Amino acid sequence: MHLEYFHLIDRIIDLNIGAKTITVEAQVPEKNTIFEGHFPGYPLMPGVLLIEAMAQTSGWLLIALTRFERMAFLGAVKEAKMRGFVVPGELLTVDASIIHEGSGFAITSAKVRVGGQLRCSATITFPQVPFPNPDLRGHMLTMAKRIGFPQELMAHD
Amino acid sequence: MSSTFEQIANIIAETCDIPRDTITPESHAIDDLGIDSLDFLDIAFAIDKAFGIKLPLEKWTQEVNDGKATTEQYFVLKNLAARIDELVAAKGAGA
Repeated sequence: MHLEYFHLIDRIIDLNIGAKTITVEAQVPEKNTIFEGHFPGYPLMPGVLLIEAMAQTSGWLLIALTRFERMAFLGAVKEAKMRGFVVPGELLTVDASIIHEGSGFAITSAKVRVGGQLRCSATITFPQVPFPNPDLRGHMLTMAKRIGFPQELMAHD
Repeated sequence: MSSTFEQIANIIAETCDIPRDTITPESHAIDDLGIDSLDFLDIAFAIDKAFGIKLPLEKWTQEVNDGKATTEQYFVLKNLAARIDELVAAKGAGA
């Protein structure tokens, strides 16, 4: 997890195109300036970043399903529930699955667990659009390799 | 009025918190009811589920952007209901 770059996801554990599901891991750092303010003497992973982790997990699933043809942007977050605290140093396992694939948008269900225990969940809507420029698509391909995106599902130019 | 219109009017009222009695067959979802593109995704989701179809929003948007269609053709509710009926019929014919 590189919070300074908003890279929340460390590695893809499982990506099942047929079932339209993904599981990733994300290691919350032991130390970060965020924890100095949130909160002094009682460091907690901010809920908005947990939502972002669920959104990024869902995003990788949607990019996989469109074979790197479309970028998924965060549109709406519903039923976001912070069910338990996440503290520095914890390893997050994040799952996402598809609730609906519409025309130009998708809705996912995502969950964050720590040691098998559910810590937060949300339903997230994403408008999906063709990559706005080659740079972003190239960046996402590079990121995909870094986090272990299955080679056989990578787009080939 | 068609049951399709009633269904989509109810969906819009519930999804966007718009009083049901202000929604008429002549209402334009965007211009009259003030529904924006993100709220319309919620409506599309509910319509897709209710009718077992996939509203071709991207195709419609492209046609409007290309000047091949007007927003009234797709987003005035009586016309939206007609498009939905066509999609349901096409799905039935293809089944």
